[in-house]
Amino acid sequence: MAGDRFSYKLDSTLDTVDSAEQTASRIASESGFGDDEVMQIAMAVREAAVNAVLHGNAYDPEKKVDLEFERTPKALVITIRDQGKGMDMAKIPDPLAPENLLKTSGRGIFLIRSFMDSVEIHPSQSGTEIKLIKHVHGPSEGGKEASQ
Amino acid sequence: MNLKTSLRQVDGVNIVDCSGRITLGEGSIVLRDIVKDLLGKGNKKILLNLGDVNYIDSSGIGELVSAFTTVKNQGGELKLLNLTKKVHDLLQITKLYTVFDVRDDEASAIKAFR
Repeated sequence: MAGDRFSYKLDSTLDTVDSAEQTASRIASESGFGDDEVMQIAMAVREAAVNAVLHGNAYDPEKKVDLEFERTPKALVITIRDQGKGMDMAKIPDPLAPENLLKTSGRGIFLIRSFMDSVEIHPSQSGTEIKLIKHVHGPSEGGKEASQ
Repeated sequence: MNLKTSLRQVDGVNIVDCSGRITLGEGSIVLRDIVKDLLGKGNKKILLNLGDVNYIDSSGIGELVSAFTTVKNQGGELKLLNLTKKVHDLLQITKLYTVFDVRDDEASAIKAFR
């Protein structure tokens, strides 16, 4: 996999979510990941984009979503950044807790963590940055949770 | 492809054949509306055939949970039929597989309704 970097500035719309997912799918596929991994990467990016558009920027037309892909010989690194108030990490529920199982939301970050090898979330007052890493032939090929 | 649905009734069970994607936005709204419509007409036995649903995101999962609890709270039953591997895996990792009554055979699913 050659070293490359691609970046996009996207509006805070639902179209952005679909576009981010499709772009992630294409780049992951071009990077040599298998079908299952491509699906996992695309879904993780979709969920992160949903968080950025809905919870971060709250559909504000003045606010943008930055989406970056970096291909290195060892990994695909994806960064999604919004311009919201910063995610409150303490308010992210455990969707597997019995009392949360029947909640209708709160599974996005969990799915992202399930599908990627490494996830870093950096909230700040100027927005939230989430970095997703999938290693080439990584230790969790097929997904950490999915393989259990 | 966004979610497409068609409705049929077998032995008093309302089978919703779904195809496409259940995702944030239109896909989730389509599912919500059809369940709401069925309940509004007093149809409380609902079997969601997801055999042609090739993609679902966290919002779609939330919509399935919402449909399940809404039907249950109104004294009805909602079951899932013919999960694709992707949807099956997602329900497994979110621990929802055992919450839903999941069937892989339509005839036995229909018989399972009270």
